[in-house]
Amino acid sequence: MTKVKSLADLKKMKETLQSKIDLREKGDASESLVQIKVAMATCGIASGAKTVMEFMMEELDKRGIQAVVTQTGCMGYCYAEPTIEVKLPGNEPVIFGYVDTKKADDIIEKYIKNGEFVDGIIPTNYETIDNK
Amino acid sequence: MHLLVCGGTGCKASASDAIVETLKKEVAANNLENEVQVILTGCFGFCEKGPIVKVLPDNTFYTQVKPEDAAEIVKEHLVKGRKVARLLYTDPTKNEHISDSKHMGFYRKQIRIALRNCGFINPESIDEYIARDGYQAIGKALAELNPQQTIDIIKKSGLRGRGGGGFPTGLKWEIASKNAADQKYVVCNADEGDPGAFMDRSILEGDPHSVIEAMAICGYCIGATKGLVYIRAEYPLAIQRLKVAISQAREYGLLGKDILGSGFDFDIELRYGAGAFVCGEETSLIHSMEGLRGEPTVKPPFPAESGYMGKPTNVNNVETFANVPVIVLKGADWYSSIGTEKSKGTKVFALAGKINNVGLIEVPMGITLREVIFEIGGGIKNGKKFKAVQTGGPSGGCLTEKHLDTPIDFDNLIAAGSMMGSGGMIVMDEDDCMVAVAKFYLDFTVEESCGKCSPCRIGNKRLFELLEKITKGEGTMEDLDRLRNLSHVIKDTALCGLGQTSPNPVLSTLDNFYHEYLAHVNDRKCPAGQCKSLMQYVVDAEACVGCTACARNCPVNAISGERKKPHEIDTAICIKCGACIEKCKFNAISIQ
Amino acid sequence: METVKLTIDNREVEVPKGTTIYKAAKSLGIDIPVLCYMDLHDLKVENKPAGCRICVVEVEGRRNLAPSCSTDCMNGMVVKTHTTRVINARRTVMELILSDHPKDCLICPKSGHCDLQDMAVRFGIREIPGQEFAEMSTYKKDFSPSIIRDVDKCIMCRRCETMCNDVQTVGALSAVNRGFMSVVAPAFEQDLEKSPCTYCGQCVAVCPTGALTEVDHTAKVIRALSDPTKTVLVQTAPAVRVALGEEFGMEPGTLVTGKMAAALRQIGFDYVFDTDFAADLTIMEEGTELLDRLTRHLNGDKNVKLPILTSCCPGWVNFFENNYNDMLDVPSTAKSPQQMFGAIAKSYFAEKLGKKREDLVVVSIMPCLAKKYECQRDEFKHDNNPDVDYSISTRELAHMIKSFNLNFAELHDEDFDRPLGESTGAAVIFGATGGVIEAAVRTAYEVQTGKPLPKIDFTELRGMDGIRSATIDFNGLPISIGIAHGLGNARKLLDDVRDGKVSYHAIEIMACPGGCIGGGGQPLHHGDSSIIKARMAAIYREDAGKTIRKSHENPYIKQLYEEFLGKPMSDKAHHLLHTHYFKKGNKDIYI
Repeated sequence: MTKVKSLADLKKMKETLQSKIDLREKGDASESLVQIKVAMATCGIASGAKTVMEFMMEELDKRGIQAVVTQTGCMGYCYAEPTIEVKLPGNEPVIFGYVDTKKADDIIEKYIKNGEFVDGIIPTNYETIDNK
Repeated sequence: MHLLVCGGTGCKASASDAIVETLKKEVAANNLENEVQVILTGCFGFCEKGPIVKVLPDNTFYTQVKPEDAAEIVKEHLVKGRKVARLLYTDPTKNEHISDSKHMGFYRKQIRIALRNCGFINPESIDEYIARDGYQAIGKALAELNPQQTIDIIKKSGLRGRGGGGFPTGLKWEIASKNAADQKYVVCNADEGDPGAFMDRSILEGDPHSVIEAMAICGYCIGATKGLVYIRAEYPLAIQRLKVAISQAREYGLLGKDILGSGFDFDIELRYGAGAFVCGEETSLIHSMEGLRGEPTVKPPFPAESGYMGKPTNVNNVETFANVPVIVLKGADWYSSIGTEKSKGTKVFALAGKINNVGLIEVPMGITLREVIFEIGGGIKNGKKFKAVQTGGPSGGCLTEKHLDTPIDFDNLIAAGSMMGSGGMIVMDEDDCMVAVAKFYLDFTVEESCGKCSPCRIGNKRLFELLEKITKGEGTMEDLDRLRNLSHVIKDTALCGLGQTSPNPVLSTLDNFYHEYLAHVNDRKCPAGQCKSLMQYVVDAEACVGCTACARNCPVNAISGERKKPHEIDTAICIKCGACIEKCKFNAISIQ
Repeated sequence: METVKLTIDNREVEVPKGTTIYKAAKSLGIDIPVLCYMDLHDLKVENKPAGCRICVVEVEGRRNLAPSCSTDCMNGMVVKTHTTRVINARRTVMELILSDHPKDCLICPKSGHCDLQDMAVRFGIREIPGQEFAEMSTYKKDFSPSIIRDVDKCIMCRRCETMCNDVQTVGALSAVNRGFMSVVAPAFEQDLEKSPCTYCGQCVAVCPTGALTEVDHTAKVIRALSDPTKTVLVQTAPAVRVALGEEFGMEPGTLVTGKMAAALRQIGFDYVFDTDFAADLTIMEEGTELLDRLTRHLNGDKNVKLPILTSCCPGWVNFFENNYNDMLDVPSTAKSPQQMFGAIAKSYFAEKLGKKREDLVVVSIMPCLAKKYECQRDEFKHDNNPDVDYSISTRELAHMIKSFNLNFAELHDEDFDRPLGESTGAAVIFGATGGVIEAAVRTAYEVQTGKPLPKIDFTELRGMDGIRSATIDFNGLPISIGIAHGLGNARKLLDDVRDGKVSYHAIEIMACPGGCIGGGGQPLHHGDSSIIKARMAAIYREDAGKTIRKSHENPYIKQLYEEFLGKPMSDKAHHLLHTHYFKKGNKDIYI
């Protein structure tokens, strides 16, 4: 990896990375992928997030759904761990709580495949710095 | 379309299941099954106005919905496209209906600044961090600001230490910057030790780069080239993610020599703590990093003059650091527009205890306890009555009903007899015995005192013993006096922050719940029914049919009585195991 | 000098910047009670962990009370040392400390010399509230050959830790455990015997309570004295006679040589001898060894090791066996005076008496606790019979004198017995830092040059500085000498020698600050280092008053060589008066 040599470099790099991620998140519905983030802080892992993440990766692959599954940090919903965020192309991200493999299976079959919600959605209840 | 029905504990208690049922029925009745889906969700966090029904995609937010409202919602809103005005949320300040939840003040209750990237980015990907403005702040500082200008931004922002003390961060940096030395250090205090607090771990696990970037900014400001993160070894995942992040930052040249071509060098090493609570105190932390016993020394000298290896050292907590890059990027005015006059910005709290939505929240300073507990936290579990909230961990105090509308900030909490601490917030209900709560915290401080000064080493033990005596029903009025005097003397004489605050749980419960102490001492009763020694198992002679089930199952043969005649429990023998209550089919045994 | 002005108890005072409130108050005659605090000014040792919190005072504008021992005065400060808030806090803290302290003062070895007891008396504590349900922290009692640790009595003042780590750099003691069970102990709460402890006893010397005390042998000595089949000999070290008087209320630095000899005789020792005799003997052997090594070195012998290190001090011997075991051939092989005395007593003198060594009991009175360990070392035993049977400290002797009903102050001066009681001024100064090397120089000079000394006093070798050096002109041959006292200073000096930063022909090292006069077995100085200085002055006074001041001129030493040993470093002398050292330091301290 080459080093970032200046602030200008860093800004350019940000733009590229940002647009890459934007493409992934907001891009053409037909082309872009399903985005899944699994909250993998210690507490999430302790309540089974790792199993869920592995299940998701394997099953999405088996069921022929093109998706990116990544780990992320704590989402703050301790009472509902493990939690995952699913973003279907062109849609707002949706957070699901109390996810075990059964629930994960439901999420794939109902929400990811058909856009049908399943029980256990956690409404976002905070503002981000971007709109503050 | 989607109808989201809140399935949080609070709403479920007010029949949200029935609402789902009737909504589904109405949807079917109107032949909308293919277009409308009814879904039970997690808590909306607005239990005060529950049950909640939200309609997607237009974000209509109905509050206090009853099952009988289902027909109207479906017919009016779904079929005719007219919102049901009487069920809409009414803004209490403006007294007008708000139909779109995005405009509800409630959703401005939480602002994620320190937690801005937690749960958004992959913590092991520096690219994702950079994509969300990561390392722009250090870039800006190095290219456009001199150290003093950067310090001025932090000073002006009003950021105060988030580890508990609340010392102005910019001022701390300025002092360290002015002490000349051949080597200085930036230390990140990641020795999070308050029981129930885990925001620092969450930040390190979810957004390690923000801390790294902030440490580099601090290094630039005070003239340090070395950074150390003192992190407890019980945080293996945080350690691993920090290590990954540090090596990625090095690869990109964002740590190491000549960062971004500015000539500024900065690198970070990890130091592991063994989990002693006192090592969160900065002088103890420094001694522990030096390989010495983790115990405090008298300040002055402050670490800013003589810290790690005798060199000027700036110690800040993880959450404090996590705020820094945003402040540098968005400016002091932006940051200081959030919060109260003397406490700016937000604070992360770990909300726990007898509350529906146990979670990690970030709220602006100045929010009230009521908003945090009843709105964000979704109120008390199982519909019980709120009794107290403990803030500040073992150094804090218990606040009550009368404090619920006090705006939360550093100074108000201290004035109320508690403190901000690192942000633990434990909610208690009517079933919690406040004497036992005080005893719980003292048990912790007795264990975690470093043992250096006599008031903390011996005094806390004696406080604990007095509380134990009281919870056993052996306390006297003299003990209550002694408890208070001892608490004041410990606060007055202990060496470090640990000892100076350890009696707070005792003093605040004495102040706010003196009647509970009196009940234990005078009536030999525990009003909350928590103190085992003060409970008695009693047979209700009228309800008892003399089936002998209790007597046969009593492990210590404390129950006697003839067949078909009321039984009796010998309280001198009874060990209060509860086996009799479990076996009695006639509810004839009760605890008094 | 920059000064600050402040008010203490409504009185204005101006003190140098950096002065603590405690010291500023003291300058006004206000005596704030302190417990953990200790200032050994002349040794540059200060213990101020600010842990006991007895010395707290009220400072206007400050939220909590301030520990006066470690809070610096600031301009405009307003200090109150005896408000009710302060008095209540001090008293409550004192009650807390006492609530976790055993109350067996009647049989405590420190009773009467205990700072905690004094403080309880001063505060007039009559009861400890809630004692009946207060748990006490208890620990295993630890017996080593020299020191007993009864840390139930530890109040965490950390003075011992300061001595062991900062002053002596031994590192045997530090605070362990947390909270209520915190206590000062060797690593992993192992026994002292398994730690790198040198038994220097400096921890005992500063312990304010009975947590650290010496192993008391007085009962065994009394039993030997009452056994008609035993002939009991006693030897007294030079530093004892300048300090023993303190135990009887005399001024520090009072010389009580004659009264001590009288007391020992009245107690019933069959022969009252003097370790000083053996000190003269040590000079004969060590001085000869020095000259021998020096001559071979000057003649170009590459195998010869210089500098030669003195080996009189058993604490120091333990220290280098632990820490410098790559340099075991550097110290002199000469035994310490205590052991030389024992070896001669149980051979030469036993022969003179016509008795077997088993029938003799040799008791030594020492300012030292390491001597208790030294006399138990295997190499100083013959068929399991030790050359020195019991070593007791100055403090133990004082207790014996008291228990024997003797009015010490009224005793008439008596002399030591002959032959092993005769000594020179050179032997007396063994008790102070620099004394051994000065005594060696007095003899070596005359032996080497064949000329009488132009002056006997080598003041350049005296003083209280931790590390000193001087070059002595041996009639054209410059001999460079290094001196260190306190093991921390010894470590610095030895490290420099090992690293080749400095070079000396000879080095004297004493484990205790000030030398034997500041030994761990001496009357407790309670943190007053002027006492050590007074003892030092007395040592040099005793020397100046002696008619013979060079060891080789001691007539009984001459007689010993003529009748028994032949000459210094003869085979017989080698066998009886020299020893060898062992590699230590790989003790099984990690369980």
